[in-house]
Amino acid sequence: MKYKSQKVAYWFFAFSMLLLVLQIIYGFIMGFAHMGYDGLHNIIPFNTARAVHTNLLVVWLLSGFMGAAYYIIPEEAEVELVNVKLAYIQLITLALVGVTAIIGYHFNYWEGRKFLEIPRPLDWLVVANVLTFLGIILVTLYKGKKRTTTAMVLTMGLVFAALLYLPGMIWFDNQTMDSFFRWWVVHLWVEGVWELIMGGILAFLLIKITGVDREVIEKWLYVIVGLTFISGILGTGHHYYYIGVGKVWLIVGGIFSALEPLAFLAMALFAIAMYRKGEKKHPNKIALSWTLGTAIVSFVGAGLLGLAHTLPQVNMYTHGTLVTAMHGHLAFWGAYGMIVFSFISYALPNLTGRNLFDSNTGQLAFWLSNIGMLGMTVAFGVAGVAQVYLERKVGIEFGEVQKEIEVHFLVLVICATMFATGVSLFIYEFK
Amino acid sequence: MLSKSQAKVFFLGGTIVTFIIFLGLSWHSLSSEVPKRTHEENLSAKVIRGKVLWEKNNCMGCHTILGEGAYYAPELTKVYERRGEGYITAVLTTKAPWQPRGRKMVAYGFSATDAADLIGFLKWIGETDLNGFPPKPAYKK
Ligand code: HEC
Ligand code: HEM
Ligand code: HEM
Ligand SMILES: [Fe+2]
Repeated sequence: MKYKSQKVAYWFFAFSMLLLVLQIIYGFIMGFAHMGYDGLHNIIPFNTARAVHTNLLVVWLLSGFMGAAYYIIPEEAEVELVNVKLAYIQLITLALVGVTAIIGYHFNYWEGRKFLEIPRPLDWLVVANVLTFLGIILVTLYKGKKRTTTAMVLTMGLVFAALLYLPGMIWFDNQTMDSFFRWWVVHLWVEGVWELIMGGILAFLLIKITGVDREVIEKWLYVIVGLTFISGILGTGHHYYYIGVGKVWLIVGGIFSALEPLAFLAMALFAIAMYRKGEKKHPNKIALSWTLGTAIVSFVGAGLLGLAHTLPQVNMYTHGTLVTAMHGHLAFWGAYGMIVFSFISYALPNLTGRNLFDSNTGQLAFWLSNIGMLGMTVAFGVAGVAQVYLERKVGIEFGEVQKEIEVHFLVLVICATMFATGVSLFIYEFK
Repeated sequence: MLSKSQAKVFFLGGTIVTFIIFLGLSWHSLSSEVPKRTHEENLSAKVIRGKVLWEKNNCMGCHTILGEGAYYAPELTKVYERRGEGYITAVLTTKAPWQPRGRKMVAYGFSATDAADLIGFLKWIGETDLNGFPPKPAYKK
């Protein structure tokens, strides 16, 4: 830790991990409900559990990104954060808005729009909060001695992510319009600007861990984020096949979204190549595992499993089934969950002065959580393919099919237990 | 070999060009395709009240519509055609959780007017031109 103000990142990480634990609990509630055990239905119906699960996911990731930014920007710009007190206030208000939203979901206070369930009045508080965060980052960067490519890409990702939240706040009478703009948030986040955030954090970690020359790393960073936007913006079309817009999206969406895995492939090759090239051997082996891991697992989860259902001919059958949930889990985990874990495992020893570079607990946490998540992906995948075949090919009723595939949720819950054990060990190690 | 400044031009140039194409295509879809394909002339006050209820109760947290939402309960875009008005009214107005096969829906117990509004919304959305989604099961006699 070179700058005192970086310390604030610790609390963002702590908050992030707390929300992850809660997210997992609600995940189990849904896993059991799919198995046929919905004992909590009267207090926490499935739609409540789901809204809580996915919103906590988004907030723990954002909190992790914010923490990473508060750590990275001072170090890159070579200056203290302009206002540390404000950063703490920003964290506390973020927590307050989040808690209010989550409690509201238990009392039918929400908007029924997947991933954007936060009611509009609370949306304004989110906006105010994010503006505070961006204000601190931007002023720090402005006052800093240096404006590196890594810092600029990270900041650009954060600024665009905030801007793209706005289309999700408009009311439409027409469900097709609603869906059209919901994807400007959801798709352009995960397959666009969040990749800039991930790329920025990854570049920072690779510079620190491998010691490869900054110029080389940042050159490839530009190539990666270039590939991201060139494929990802028009790739939004893969959500426009069957929602009531024209056929042009079948072609545009099909072609450009099929190119999206290139950005993730580039990221994986880049991380591996820099690791091979680096002479400096940083002692933090755990951070290295997570950093290489995120680059590889994101390629599998987002790139390969995304490609698996992105062509219109396939998506016609898999659209809105458990196949989507299979991809959603490994993509979110591999790309955004693991990059947050990478950063925490790199930054925490520096923030606390403890040597956590290569413990057995740390390595066990890495393997248990990743193997657990892979198992969950397989369980969702088998359930999803069976669902698609029985429901959409054979024409058996939805409800009948769900009974047939209940057993796969037993497998899901077993693998989820392994995953949760890994996450618990990680939190225990880096507390 | 590629230099850093060339890489930067690739990033900025590619982003701007694809973004402009994206905006153009979006404009075309929203201004000329959506009104026809969704039959905007049928978007009555009743249908809109139905959509408000749909969102207020987060039906998308269990069901999908237009193939978007949750995977816990049936896709509802074509439910009007599939089940008809009487059946859906029963689902929406019953005071006990609807559960034909043990999996429970929330017991909303809607009033007759609220149920009619929701059904208006489901009927309207069922008429949207969705490029053939949901697919017809190939092996069904
Ligand atoms: C807690 C989850 C849940 C929520 C929330 C929910 N539903 Fe349901 N819904 C179900 C289940 C489960 C079924 C029955 C599935 C079966 O056939 O076994 C069902 C069945 C239906 C059906 C009949 C579908 C068919 O093909 O037979 C309609 C119509 C329906 N729901 C409408 C709604 C509307 C409108 C809302 C929002 C006001 C809503 N549901 C909210 C779970 C839910
Ligand atoms: C890290 C990056 C990614 C994440 C986190 C992610 C996550 C998700 C999630 C959560 C959904 C469900 C969204 C919803 O219904 O609201 C989804 C849908 C989808 N994703 Fe991804 N994704 C990523 C990258 C990709 C890539 C690169 C591709 C294509 C190659 C892809 C293809 C798809 C498709 C086709 C759907 C629609 C599924 C359907 O029709 O139901 N995704 N993704
Ligand atoms: C460990 C325990 C977990 C369990 C048992 C679990 C289970 C589930 C279930 C059952 C659903 C709902 C599917 C449906 O609509 O029917 C769901 C949704 C989702 N979960 Fe999890 N989950 C867990 C952890 C996670 C983690 C760690 C992540 C992210 C890194 C995650 C990301 C998601 C996403 C993105 C969705 C929405 C998927 C979509 O709409 O396609 N989950 N989860
Ligand atoms: Fe997408």
